[in-house]
Amino acid sequence: MPIKSYLAHPHQGRKEELVTAISEIQGCDVVSAKNEEILVVVTETENKEEEEVLKIKFDAIESLKLLAMVSGFNTPKEH
Amino acid sequence: MYTSTTNRRSFIKKMAMLSAMTAAATMFPGILFAEEQERGLPKGSLLNWKKAPCRFCGVGCGVLIGIEKGKAVAVKGDPKSTVNKGLCCVKGYHSVIAMYGKDRLTKPLVKKNGKYVETSMKEALDLIASKMKETIKDFGKDSVSIYGSGQWTIPDGYVASKLFKGCIGTNNVEANARLCMASAVTGFLTSFGLDEPMGCYEDIDHANVYVLWGNNMAEMHPVLFSRMLDQRLKRAAKIIDFTTRTTRTSMAADKSILFLPQTDLAVGNAICYEIIKNGWVHTSFVEKHCNFSKGLTNMGYGLEDNFKFKDRPEKIDFETYKEFLNDYTPEKVEKMSGVSAKDIKYLAAYYGDPNKKVMSFWCMGPNQHSRGTWMNNIIYNIHLLTGKISTPGNSPFSLTGQPSACGTVREVGTLTHKLPHGVVMNKKHREFAAKIWEVPVENIDPKPTYHTVEMFRALDRGDIRFMWIQVTNPMVTMPKLKRYRDGANKEGRFIVVSDIYPTPTTDIADVILPSAMWIEREGMYGNSERRTQYFEQMVSPPGEAMSDTWQLIEVAKRMGFEKQFYYKEATHIEEIYKEYQRHHVGKKHNMAPLEVLKKQPGAMWPYVDGKSTKWRFNSKYDPACTNGKDFHFYGKPDGKAIIWQRPYEPAAESPDKEYPYWLCTGRVLEHWHTGSMTRRIPVLHKAMPHSYVELNPEDAKRMQIRTGDKVKLTTRRGEIILPVAINQRGIPAPMQVFVPFFDENLLINDITLDSFCPISKEPDYKKCAVKLEKV
Repeated sequence: MPIKSYLAHPHQGRKEELVTAISEIQGCDVVSAKNEEILVVVTETENKEEEEVLKIKFDAIESLKLLAMVSGFNTPKEH
Repeated sequence: MYTSTTNRRSFIKKMAMLSAMTAAATMFPGILFAEEQERGLPKGSLLNWKKAPCRFCGVGCGVLIGIEKGKAVAVKGDPKSTVNKGLCCVKGYHSVIAMYGKDRLTKPLVKKNGKYVETSMKEALDLIASKMKETIKDFGKDSVSIYGSGQWTIPDGYVASKLFKGCIGTNNVEANARLCMASAVTGFLTSFGLDEPMGCYEDIDHANVYVLWGNNMAEMHPVLFSRMLDQRLKRAAKIIDFTTRTTRTSMAADKSILFLPQTDLAVGNAICYEIIKNGWVHTSFVEKHCNFSKGLTNMGYGLEDNFKFKDRPEKIDFETYKEFLNDYTPEKVEKMSGVSAKDIKYLAAYYGDPNKKVMSFWCMGPNQHSRGTWMNNIIYNIHLLTGKISTPGNSPFSLTGQPSACGTVREVGTLTHKLPHGVVMNKKHREFAAKIWEVPVENIDPKPTYHTVEMFRALDRGDIRFMWIQVTNPMVTMPKLKRYRDGANKEGRFIVVSDIYPTPTTDIADVILPSAMWIEREGMYGNSERRTQYFEQMVSPPGEAMSDTWQLIEVAKRMGFEKQFYYKEATHIEEIYKEYQRHHVGKKHNMAPLEVLKKQPGAMWPYVDGKSTKWRFNSKYDPACTNGKDFHFYGKPDGKAIIWQRPYEPAAESPDKEYPYWLCTGRVLEHWHTGSMTRRIPVLHKAMPHSYVELNPEDAKRMQIRTGDKVKLTTRRGEIILPVAINQRGIPAPMQVFVPFFDENLLINDITLDSFCPISKEPDYKKCAVKLEKV
C-alpha cells in the first residue's frame, strides 16, 4: 500500500482552487502553507494500479502547475 | 518496528507529511505549517510532548518528542527554541525511528571461541572490570584506554574522565571529536586562550554577509542555513560559498568561489593583505586588543608513529606581519589557488567594509586539514584585523557536527590533555580536579598520552591492550582504516564496545554492551553556541540496554572506586551535573543550574546572575570582562587576542602522475556520520541507500564514464570500487573526486591518509591523492 508525499505548486492565484480539487480526490490529504504558494499532499493507495489512476486525476487538475514527489513508502495493508 | 500496522501506517503518513513540510521549509524559509503539523498527527492520539535537544548534529535544535503508550512516535521542532525556532531538518524529524530498528542490541554479548554469546549485564560488567584490573596489573595503567565521542552526554564523558584520569590515573581518554573539531579547539586556544565561539546563532539575525569556508551548510547544518536564507529574503543578506566542490550550498548561495585544495591558507592571507593594503584595519581595536605572533613552520604531517611537535610561539610586530603578507598578494595567490584576484578582492571588500557585519562559518573544511589550526587562526586574523568580532552580527563561528562535541568533549574535557577545568599539565588544574573528584592529586598524571590516531597506533603496537569504545564507530571513521582494524583484531587486545546497533566496530569487540539511546535515559548535550540542553528519560531502553553513564559507574564500583562513584541510580544524573558544575564556577564559564535547564530550551554559558552570555569578550554583554575597556580577551594573560603569522604549506599528499586526482571525503544530508542510526530509518536509507563517487562531468566525459558506472579508486593505502555520480548531489572541480563516508559496506577510509595537523592532531580527511579506473 503505497504512501507518498508531494509538494504541489499551483498556478498563480489558484491555490485555493487547487486545495479544493485535491481534497476531492479519495486517498489524498492536503495541507496548505499559510504564507507561501505551495501545498503538501500525502497520497495513500491500495496498489500500483490505483496510483496510476490517481496520477491521471492529478494530470486533469488545471490549477496544478507542478507536483514534485518528496517521499515514498510501501507498507502492509491495514487490518 | 511497530506491532500494529494501523499505527505504523498512521505514523508513516505523518512522516511522509513531515518530510514534505521539511522539503518545503528548505525551499521557502519561514514557511508556516505549525497548526497543520498538529493536525497531521494520528487521529485520537494522546501524545505527551516533551522537550529535548535533537540527537544528531551540533546545531542543537530544540525538538518536541511525542510519546504515546511508552513509545516515541513523533517529532516536531520546538517553537520556543531560539536555535531552530520550530524548524527541523529531515534527520531531526525522523530521529525517533532510529530507536526502533529491528536489529537493536538488547543483550550483552561476549565473544567465546570466535562467537558472540548472550550473557547478563552483571556478568558482562564483572568481566570488563576484571579484565581492566588484570591488564593494568600486567601492563601498567597506560595500557587501558577509553574512546568516546561528541555523542556522549555530559554525564557520560564526566564519569569516563573521572574514572580514567582521576581514579585509574591514565590520560588515555580520547573522543572522536578529535577527528572533527580538534583544530577548532587549538585555533581558539592559540588565538584567544579559551575554547568555543564568542558569538551565538543570533548573529545570523544581525549579519549582512555570511562567508562559508569549505562548509556545505545546506546539507550539514540545514536549519542554520534556512535561517540564513530567511535573512536573505528579509534583509538581502548575502551568502558567499568558498569551496572546493559545487554543492547544494553553492547553488543556493549568492556567489560560489572555488579554490584548489589546501590553498585556503593562501587565500585567507591574501584577504588579510588586501585589508591592510586598503586601509581597512580597525586600527584602534588592533592596537588595544591584539598582539602579533608567529610559530614554527614546516611542521610535518604526523605520518610516522610517535610523531611529536611542539610549537614555539614568538612575538612579532605589525610591520613584520605586513611584510610576511607580501607573499600573498591576490595576483600571486590567484596562480596557486585558482581563485581570481578579483574574487579575493571581492571577499576582502566585504570583510573590510565598516558598514557590513560579517559572519564566517566553517566546520570540517578548515578543521580536517593538515594545517587546521593555522586555518582557524587565519579566519580569526581577518575578523581581528577588522574588529569584526564579539558583537552582534560580527562573528567568526566554528560549527560542530555532533550534539555534544562542545558540551562533553571540549567542556568536560575528554581528550588526553584536558581536565574539566584546564589541562593535566598544569599543577593547579590537577589539584582543583583532584579535590572535586576526591582522589589524591598524584593520581592525575601530568603528561598527556595518546591523541586519537596515536591511540589506535598504540593499540596496533601493543602499547594499549584494553580499549573501551562508547557511542562511536571508529572502524568506519579512522583514516587509513585497515591498519587500525588489523591492529584491533590482534591477539592480546581486549575491546569493549557500547552501542545501540551492530557496526563494523562491534565486529572487533570482545564484549558488546547494549546502550540506552538519547531519550531512553536522562542527560545533557552542549551545542556549538555554548548552549547546554537537558533531556529527561522519556521511554524505557529495550532489553538490558543501559546508559553509558551507568555502565561506567558500575565498572568503576567493581574496580574499587565506590567512594568516588557514590551516585544513586535514581538521581545520578543530577548528582553528576551538580558535581561537574563545580569545575566551572566563575564568571568565565559558569553553567546554568539544572532547574533552569529543565524549564527552558537550554542556556548558554557563562551563565551569570540568571542570564546566558550571548557575546563573550565584549564588556557590554560579558560580565567576565574586567579590564575596563570595550573588549577583554581574558583567556590570554594580557587580555589581548593574537593575530598569527601562518604561511601556506602543501598537503601531506598531493596528486602526481601515478595518483592524479584529489580525493575528498565527507557527509550527505540524509545520513548522520557513519549511518549506523540513519541507515535504519527507512525514508533516509531509501533516499540515500549507498555510497558513490562524484566525478567532474568533464573528467567523466574524457574517461567515457556515466552515472551508475563503476570505477576503482586506488591510493597508496588500498583500493575500492564505487558507483559513479555525475551532476547529482555535488560536482567536484576537475581532477577532484568526492566520496561520502556513511556507508559501512563501502569503507572509503580504507584508502584515506592518516596525516594530521601537528598542533591539533586532527586528521585531514579532505586531501589525498587517488587514481581512477573504469571497471
